[in-house]
Amino acid sequence: MPDDNDTLLDVRDLKTHFFTDEGVVKAVDGVNLSLKRGQTLCVVGESGCGKSVTARSILRIVPAPGRIVSGEISFRGRHGDRIDLARMNPRGRDIRNIRGREISMIFQEPMSSLSPVHTIGSQLMEAILLHLPVSKGEARKRAVSLLDLVGIPRASEQLDAYSFELSGGMRQRAMIAIALACEPQLLIADEPTTALDVTTQANILDLIRELQEDSGMSVLFITHDLSVVAEIADEVVVMYLGRDVESGDVDTIFHNPKHPYTRALLQSIPRYDSLAGERLYSLKGTVPHPFSRPAGCPFHPRCDDVIAGQCNTNDPQRYSISAGHSVRCLLYAAEENRSVVDTPA
Amino acid sequence: MDFEINPPSESSRPLLEVRNLHMRFPIKRGMFRRTVGFVKAVNDVSFSIRLGETLSLVGESGCGKTTTGRCIVRVYSPSAGSIQYQADEGESVDLAQLDSRALRPYRRQIRMIFQDPFSSLNPRLPILQIVGESLKVHGIASGSELEDRVALLLERVGLRPEYIRRYPHAFSGGERQRIGIARALALNPKLIVADEAVSALDVSVQAQILNLMQDLQEEFNLTYLFIAHDLSVVEHISHRVAVMYVGKIVELASTDALFSKPLHPYTEALLSAVPKPDPRLRNSGARIRLEGEVADPSNPPSGCYFHPRCPYAQDRCRHEEPAAREIRHDHWVACHFAEELELRGFEAIGSSPRMGQAR
Ligand SMILES: Nc1ncnc2c1ncn2[C@@H]1O[C@H](COP(=O)(O)OP(=O)(O)O)[C@@H](O)[C@H]1O
Ligand SMILES: Nc1ncnc2c1ncn2[C@@H]1O[C@H](COP(=O)(O)OP(=O)(O)O)[C@@H](O)[C@H]1O
Ligand code: SF4
Ligand code: SF4
Ligand SMILES: [Mg+2]
Ligand SMILES: [Mg+2]
Repeated sequence: MPDDNDTLLDVRDLKTHFFTDEGVVKAVDGVNLSLKRGQTLCVVGESGCGKSVTARSILRIVPAPGRIVSGEISFRGRHGDRIDLARMNPRGRDIRNIRGREISMIFQEPMSSLSPVHTIGSQLMEAILLHLPVSKGEARKRAVSLLDLVGIPRASEQLDAYSFELSGGMRQRAMIAIALACEPQLLIADEPTTALDVTTQANILDLIRELQEDSGMSVLFITHDLSVVAEIADEVVVMYLGRDVESGDVDTIFHNPKHPYTRALLQSIPRYDSLAGERLYSLKGTVPHPFSRPAGCPFHPRCDDVIAGQCNTNDPQRYSISAGHSVRCLLYAAEENRSVVDTPA
Repeated sequence: MDFEINPPSESSRPLLEVRNLHMRFPIKRGMFRRTVGFVKAVNDVSFSIRLGETLSLVGESGCGKTTTGRCIVRVYSPSAGSIQYQADEGESVDLAQLDSRALRPYRRQIRMIFQDPFSSLNPRLPILQIVGESLKVHGIASGSELEDRVALLLERVGLRPEYIRRYPHAFSGGERQRIGIARALALNPKLIVADEAVSALDVSVQAQILNLMQDLQEEFNLTYLFIAHDLSVVEHISHRVAVMYVGKIVELASTDALFSKPLHPYTEALLSAVPKPDPRLRNSGARIRLEGEVADPSNPPSGCYFHPRCPYAQDRCRHEEPAAREIRHDHWVACHFAEELELRGFEAIGSSPRMGQAR
């Protein structure tokens, strides 16, 4: 485990499973990620690959019948102490002091996290008063400056607005203001722009970037949209069926991708320079049902580069391509000088 | 392999001509549900769709794309305007004037596919009935013949024919969208209105469905009205593009012209907001930040509806509404200053190289 001061969050071999009546859903089944202070890490993958469950595992808000079955979520607290969030009691006092204070989360649908019966101002002040030792008057001042910070016009008037009175983009801004109320070290953003128009999306991405530059917070940004990743990520983790299949810095992932799944995703994006009538690259098949997870490499039934007799039986480990770039694919197992990225047994 | 196809030329006859289309929804208030105003969802829209082409409608949510599509398939009766449809050689009808009985023969020729394949398929019906319903209703096939036709349709959209007895819940999002397409194809339609048909799909599934739609277009000479808000998808699939803002078309041109040389400030702003799938193009060509909110279609601004947000607005824009003019050949725009402004296209803002191919 890296113990440098720079690493804020280090997730190792996280497994979160849902024990349903029909069987076990291995929603997250071996995820590793590492996030440095002041950086943005994007987790990208298609729907159902386990992005949201990964985020919820970190905050310990996985709904029943799901639970973390193994792995480590090492977080460096405000006072420099390293804590393993995976071992905390999800209803305990310790994690409650972290949620909202050190780690905040925003969601795709702001209405699900904003109260319809309280004004934006009272929700903001509640978040401030819960964690910070300030008076009501000070909390109110801070609430106004937060709304101002996230670009809500006429901030002091909007304190008395209800969430349903705001447009989609303004609601998203209000939710961000609440998430930032206590200057968290880590902001987890789960598809925060997916439901927005491109113009509003661009403004929200700019906002997150600016807030990050000013405050030095880290951002774990979850999205299915590779163009958004290209726009804001420093580091990227590509997920497929509950696993990280490739991790690296954003330039490497877009310009030197190694995993067949990453490459397929990149080729599926419509490109500006395509010829009239040109067809897009398309992956064969569909993501398998969680109960019929393929043996060996889980991607093998859809992979163009499948190695017969190997990929359907051997489960690939994470192979290191270069510093900070790792791939779970047997194509890179045989090559010389390749080391397996260590994961705790 | 040669991918070039000939886009339908301007000389090819229009399959559909929409003229001065209006659709207003009443706003009702109070105990007696009195009408206190109107949402002008579609406000004097004119365009034509050429046989065999894909025309896209783009714009921010609420600008009237879906309402335009629903007027054409006559889910709505337009408040005003005409929708001339070329049924067969020579014969032309105004769909806007027809009652539901007179519309029946045309309902077979103009079909709609929807964004949400989950809610648009009846969960209690097997695929055989969902896809075959229209064949039965129109008395075209029944019994084992119906089964054969549905099986063929499923095969054509890339689904296994033995799926005809399954129910929608057994299918993934992409598969349900294929079912929706099979259902639309059943009666050999000429025009398909695809309303955000790929918007909810993951990128790899989206690629499969876009390819399928292009294959079907070539095979059956289908015409598409493609409604979408993702400009990269629109750029890929369309021959021409119409940009809507608050119920009006502000620009209409060939895809190339619109993306490389936009003439309307709103188009320029939209193009500049699209994130490029390449981190090396980040922030290249500073983005145009649109301030303020989209106007309310029940209470639009004076003059040019875009003037409160337009970085180029002048006094005239506040008083005088710009008319749509053909400024370049086949390139229509509604802006007073379209000739003078030097707007930036997608390329100037940054395009993406071919990625993911070299190992
Ligand atoms: N409450 C739950 N009960 C059972 N399975 C769940 C539950 N929540 C999520 N899952 C499953 O976990 C997997 C990952 O889900 P999720 O993390 O939401 O995916 P993503 O956010 O990448 O779209 C999916 O197969 C999903 O069906
Ligand atoms: N059935 C309806 N009744 C009242 N208003 C409607 C109705 N359908 C759409 N609208 C309004 O008309 C405008 C255009 O909507 P729509 O055509 O759905 O836009 P888009 O598809 O471009 O997002 C919006 O302001 C919307 O609220
Ligand atoms: S391990 Fe084999 S099947 Fe899996 S991605 Fe690599 S080549 Fe493809
Ligand atoms: S008419 Fe004026 S306000 Fe409208 S788009 Fe043109 S310059 Fe902008
Ligand atoms: Mg999710
Ligand atoms: Mg719509």
